[in-house]
Amino acid sequence: MGRSSKVIERNEVVVRFSGDSGDGMQLTGTLFSKTSAIFGNDISTFPDYPAEIRAPQGTIGGVSGFQVHIGHTEVYTPGDYADVLVAMNPAALKANSRWVKAGGTIIMDVDSFDERNLEKAGYKTDDPIVEDRLGDFNIIKAPITTLTKESLKDMGLDNKSILRSKNMYALGLVYWLFDRPLEHTEEYIRKKFAKKPLVVEANLKVLKEGYNYGVIIQAVTPSYHINPASIEKGRYRNLNGNTAVAWGLIAAAQKAGLELFLGSYPITPATEILQELSARKDLGVKVFQAEDEIAGICTAIGASFAGDLAVTSTSGPGLALKGEAIGLAIIAELPLVIVNVQRGGPSTGLPTKTEQSDLMQALYGRNGESPCVVVAASSPINCFEYAFYAAKIAVEHMTPVILLTDGFLANGTQPWKIPDLKDYPEIKPKRVTTDHDEWLPYKRRSDTLVRCWAKPGTPKLMHQIGGLEKDELTGGVSYDGLNHQKMVNTRAQKIKNIEDYIPEQDILGCEDSDLLVVGWGGTFGHLFTAVDELIHEGVNVALAHFNYINPLPKNTYEVLKKYKKVIVCELNMGQFANYLRMNFPDIPYQQFNKVQGLPFTIVELKEKFKNLLEE
Amino acid sequence: MSENCELKYTDYKSNLNVRWCPGCGDHAILNSVQKAMAELKVEPHNIAVISGIGCSSRFPYYMNTYGFHTIHGRGAAIASGVKVANPNLHVWQITGDGDALAIGGNHFIHLIRRNIDMNVILFNNQIYGLTKGQYSPTSKRGFISKSSPFGTVEDPFRPGLLAIGAGGQFFARTIDKELKLSVEIMTEAAKHKGTSVIEVLQNCVIYNDKTHEAITDKKYKADRTILLRHGEKMIFGANNDKGLVLGEDMKLKAVTIGQDGYTLEDILVHDAYAEFPNIHMKLIAMEYPELPVALGVIRSVERRTYEQEVKKQVEEVQNSTKISSFEDMVNSGETWEVK
Repeated sequence: MGRSSKVIERNEVVVRFSGDSGDGMQLTGTLFSKTSAIFGNDISTFPDYPAEIRAPQGTIGGVSGFQVHIGHTEVYTPGDYADVLVAMNPAALKANSRWVKAGGTIIMDVDSFDERNLEKAGYKTDDPIVEDRLGDFNIIKAPITTLTKESLKDMGLDNKSILRSKNMYALGLVYWLFDRPLEHTEEYIRKKFAKKPLVVEANLKVLKEGYNYGVIIQAVTPSYHINPASIEKGRYRNLNGNTAVAWGLIAAAQKAGLELFLGSYPITPATEILQELSARKDLGVKVFQAEDEIAGICTAIGASFAGDLAVTSTSGPGLALKGEAIGLAIIAELPLVIVNVQRGGPSTGLPTKTEQSDLMQALYGRNGESPCVVVAASSPINCFEYAFYAAKIAVEHMTPVILLTDGFLANGTQPWKIPDLKDYPEIKPKRVTTDHDEWLPYKRRSDTLVRCWAKPGTPKLMHQIGGLEKDELTGGVSYDGLNHQKMVNTRAQKIKNIEDYIPEQDILGCEDSDLLVVGWGGTFGHLFTAVDELIHEGVNVALAHFNYINPLPKNTYEVLKKYKKVIVCELNMGQFANYLRMNFPDIPYQQFNKVQGLPFTIVELKEKFKNLLEE
Repeated sequence: MSENCELKYTDYKSNLNVRWCPGCGDHAILNSVQKAMAELKVEPHNIAVISGIGCSSRFPYYMNTYGFHTIHGRGAAIASGVKVANPNLHVWQITGDGDALAIGGNHFIHLIRRNIDMNVILFNNQIYGLTKGQYSPTSKRGFISKSSPFGTVEDPFRPGLLAIGAGGQFFARTIDKELKLSVEIMTEAAKHKGTSVIEVLQNCVIYNDKTHEAITDKKYKADRTILLRHGEKMIFGANNDKGLVLGEDMKLKAVTIGQDGYTLEDILVHDAYAEFPNIHMKLIAMEYPELPVALGVIRSVERRTYEQEVKKQVEEVQNSTKISSFEDMVNSGETWEVK
């Protein structure tokens, strides 16, 4: 099948699928992403959906979007602005047209642009193209609903099922636009609806016809060509941040020779960790869906006491409820991983939107002097690494570790090169042997200050621990003031000593710049891309992106003090900036903060950095 | 279960000085538990005693077993984690009326609903002792305390009814100073597979002295309590001449044998194993002065336990899957090769 001459060669392209929350846009986007990944492109995805499962149809509040960035070179973010927007109804167009690049392509299902839907979306006229000033865009007005109905009219399907297939029509059309093979999606449809042959047939037919529609309209439509990416050889699969966390924990348990226990309560956007681990009975994972957040962590603490690699997963409101129990794990000195998938707060806040505003809560949200290790993942797939290392630190240093991810990382996907666990370090639980005269549960190693972990069921190691302050050796209750001072110091030093076991902070970009961009956690992709693009444009900028928050890498001060200007960028009102200010007060920090439920855009970051350098 | 016939109750005593107030009911309960453990012949290292916060929750420190004194109300959840992580351990939860029924109410009912095989000893003294005397969720309506100087305006929980409402399959009641009965009940509770709840009517000598005295005093006990034993007639009284019958209004009624036409034949026989708990609820709800307070094992029904089901499910899945390692998992499903 020949192609029109209007083929646009591109290194990267951003596609955004949008429609009503019942239109199947998440699935459409996921299928397109997988096909592109298998085709050999690097990808990064970002689903953006309302908290309501089915918000009022046709309204802006009910618009569900899925953005994917595909590239011939490596891509680190889902992209700011879309080259192609699929809008299944007027609300989707209204909500997303400002996120399309000038001159980009907009595919709209014209059938849904009737008076009622236009009004629901808030359009004042019957011409959204004029009203939203989209005249310079390449608009494809496809009668998707009519053509889907027409295609399926003789199949004996009910109207609802027919309308449900229209996302496949749109997908077919997008496949034509990007010259992508249909095989992967066809395979998916056959498997997914294996028990409903009629639905399989209908979806396959509509997918193909959507593709053919592209062939028909090609004379007026440019299509895109993106070569496969030159990425590292190996076996790959797509992975999102939540699954990556679950798998990192499984890997850690296997490395440590421990059984994995998760105590958790469903909460957006962390629930998928609970679901993924629940499905892993094949690997013996014990999952306890608790009655509340507190029981989630408390069952995990019980399992840790009993000798398992214990984990609890949650989001901000849940972390607040777990605070007292984290303190118990700190004073009892038991290993525990607390995964906090951050979302917009305070209170219920923005459950499905991303934010980085739990940092202070993770560091300090407990009573008493209660230091806790805090680690943050910075890409969907490195959630695997940091879950692994969070578990390693917890087990080897007998301490709770809070792993921070966020809604953006949790739901975003990237191709993941399947690792060989041989490349990962050992995890050695601090077990105690019975060949000594006197067993002292709180006796420590002199270098790390780590106590031993005695597993109930072992003869001769009976001991009692608890939340009361304990004697420095026996662990028995002690109200002695000097002992308390000593224990507080010891627990703090024990966490501080972990800096010897984490990597030093590295600097990316132009090390000898005037400006250091500082970030942490889930903003890495955007900060790195902004810095990288500026460097390509001849602007010198450096980036220090932190994954270890407490303790900070040993060389943090050396890194910060090298620069004339330091700007800390985060999706909160300045929590990491203030944490750095507290630790290293003489650095002249500037801040770039945003709390709009969305990641930074590369455009706004570049502009900010350029302005700063010109000041 | 590893048995050791040489075990004495002193093997379960830690060398720490017990720091409850002299005369506190907790001392006797501690002795009862240690004696029951010796009778069960479970080695101390296979036992984990978990508590929350409150006077009774200091218990683990006095036991020469694995022990964990946790945070207020959460003992049930932490103990659940211990048992699910290692089902071979014998897990005992020590709790009080505030710890289990106020701050820990949610964990208490869900533990029972799940039927995790462990023993819960609920010290019920109807008062907050450790905070020096506020009313608790089991204090009677009108009870005057430091936080209810004009009397409470709320009704108390009856722990047994709450347990049965949550699907409880084992509920027993005893009195702190009745050592022999307590040992007997705790032994039975330990043998029961599933969550066993033992309510101990306990005296707080400082803040709520003699709260159970009306029924526990030696002078009246025989007439104001009834000891229930499975398969035996529900008879009580100093002269063993009183019994329980079911009235036409379907309510329990205390009668005197030989009076008003009642004979021994009419007296109910206790069936602790009855699947449907309606009679157990009536027995639990009995209160002096209308009726005698029920002691002994009131309900004991076997049902599948949570931790065994978890284990079974893992085994079933493992027998039917090809995935047995991390490597198998990450290579299953949709993957592709980049060359």
